Amino acid sequence: MSERRLADLQAMWRIRAFEEKVRDLRAEGPIVGSVHLCIGQEAIAVGACDVLEPEDALFATYRGHGWAIARGVPLEPLFAELMGRANGVNGGRGGSAYFTAAEYGFHGENSIVGGGAPIACGAALAGRFDGSGRSAVTVFGDGAMNQGAVHEAMNFASAFDLPVVFICENNRYSELTPIADMVRGSRLADRAAAYGMPGHRIDGNDAESVRFHVRDALEIAREGGGPTLLECMTERLVGHYIGDAENYRRPGEMDRIRRREPIARLRQALLADGVPAGEIDAVEAGARAEIEAAAAAALTAPFADPATAREHLYA
Amino acid sequence: MPDTSPTPETRKLSYGEAVNAALHRLMEELPETLVYGEDVGVPGGVFGVTRGLRKQHGDRAFDTPISESAILGSAVGAAMMGRRPIVEIMWADFSLVALDQIVNQAANVRYVSGGRLRAPLTIRTQQGNAPGACAQHSQCLEALFLHVPGLRVCMPSTPQDAYDLLVTAVHSDDPVLVIENRTLYFGAKEEVVVGGPVLPMGGVRERHAGSDATVVTWGSITHRAVEAAEALAREGIGLHVIETPWLNPFDTGTVIASARRTGRLAVVHEANVTGGFGAEVVARVAGAGVTLQAPPIRVGAPDVRMPAAPTLAQVLVPDADRIAGEVRALVRGGSR
Ligand SMILES: Cc1ncc(C[n+]2csc(CCOP(=O)(O)OP(=O)(O)O)c2C)c(N)n1
Ligand SMILES: [Mg+2]
Repeated sequence: MSERRLADLQAMWRIRAFEEKVRDLRAEGPIVGSVHLCIGQEAIAVGACDVLEPEDALFATYRGHGWAIARGVPLEPLFAELMGRANGVNGGRGGSAYFTAAEYGFHGENSIVGGGAPIACGAALAGRFDGSGRSAVTVFGDGAMNQGAVHEAMNFASAFDLPVVFICENNRYSELTPIADMVRGSRLADRAAAYGMPGHRIDGNDAESVRFHVRDALEIAREGGGPTLLECMTERLVGHYIGDAENYRRPGEMDRIRRREPIARLRQALLADGVPAGEIDAVEAGARAEIEAAAAAALTAPFADPATAREHLYA
Repeated sequence: MPDTSPTPETRKLSYGEAVNAALHRLMEELPETLVYGEDVGVPGGVFGVTRGLRKQHGDRAFDTPISESAILGSAVGAAMMGRRPIVEIMWADFSLVALDQIVNQAANVRYVSGGRLRAPLTIRTQQGNAPGACAQHSQCLEALFLHVPGLRVCMPSTPQDAYDLLVTAVHSDDPVLVIENRTLYFGAKEEVVVGGPVLPMGGVRERHAGSDATVVTWGSITHRAVEAAEALAREGIGLHVIETPWLNPFDTGTVIASARRTGRLAVVHEANVTGGFGAEVVARVAGAGVTLQAPPIRVGAPDVRMPAAPTLAQVLVPDADRIAGEVRALVRGGSR
């Protein structure tokens, strides 16, 4: 138990340390443009990716750095991508909101809200014909639940029993607007019933709970039982994007969020397990060292070569 | 239309503030207006452009779900019933998830009803590249909308036009797209006359005088075209830079007259060259039988997706140097 918890902690620290470094690099200048951090939401990616098979397809959003890392994409090319370097995972073509690394089963971020959901249906559909046994996971936010493409995808997957897991990261806000103000029933998982698929609202700040439910959903999917919707309750510890003034936060809200955030919680659990504090802290230190090294390496890489800007448009 | 607007006054406003001032005026003088879209109500917009509207006008300014089809479709329906919705699509790229409501629906209302129905809605959006922006947040899509009869389209590049064009758009009884640009919102404050009369649609802005070539441009790249014209003026090359903030209706006559006078034509837009509205401008000048001293040129983004890395995007989005270089070659002849 403690071993798995330590592994989860390490996986989450790699993501958080990465994101914190990204925030610094964005402030210092090497990273430009819009960046959406997943600080506070790490447990979902860590729990889910732990039970994905290499052949499975994963479609994330612009808040997808953590998903790429959890799927095993190496850190240096991710940093390099954010800094527009030649060795970036997409050679500088993607940027923060549009990472893609299919060779790691990471079929990409997407910066159109809901855009990945129908594509995930197609990845699952292809698995029916290519003998791969592939399942597809699509990740989106609470706000995306109001996007037509997501509704269409849910019905499409249900009607054809496609092996798709719809993972909704409910951080209670769509940009600056509370989801509670934009829907009548705020239990988004309840919508699954309308499509005839299982739907569960789960603790998205607990990697173990996410792992359990995603494994279950994948099992159903692989046995031909069709899609599942998982509404993972979580919180952003940061703004929607870097630079968000977060004027929408209520007094005391951030304190409450900090108490429930996944890394602090797991630390408490490990201490309760009797794991020495030093061992727990070493996990953070190790992750930070790894991140610093990757960022430093990316910083010395050459910028993307302008001569290549027009390559890869057509076959 | 009864003029309920206050007497004109001059204020120092940035481009974003000018849009905001226009929205305040419009909500005040036209009680049938509604302002809505994602984050536009309580937060006042992701760029702060709709600030204060909800405070001032309550339920007539509100936030919506991330549902572009419902935003645009409800605007069509409300407009058919006599409201005058001003809806925001945060990025022009996001209109693509709901094109049906613009192209199949809004554009057809008046025509198919034989004029018995109308759809006086205004779609405010913004587009274009900015450093680090990804391929799904960088596109210039005006040509897509200009291909559709029944839609009006304009692209202001200055605070004054940001104000005036929006006022004109909202007073229009047809669907109008006002395409703004986020790189301009927080630009320098300029003197803007607010509260003036509602101007007619159309018309051009002469941004630089010269007789060696006509440069037609629109949107934020206008500023780069003017910069290029200033640089070339120092070399003794005079460009007549015509900004056409209204693209539908488009003032073809003024462009033709200038091209006839200078004998050379360049069209500059940030959008991709192929199928861009620049092609239409060139065709109209050619179709009018204007004899040019050199083949006309189009300066725009090459036909490629937009990469996020600044070093890559820089060589694709035309800057003042590239515009100057291409127009210099047009005037001097020979290779660029
Ligand atoms: C089709 C579309 N509409 C609007 C946007 C602008 N936008 C980007 S993120 C976002 C909020 C999304 O909220 P949610 O789905 O809850 O995800 P979160 O950012 O909270 O993870 C919006 C409106 C977009 N990218 N695509
Ligand atoms: Mg959200």
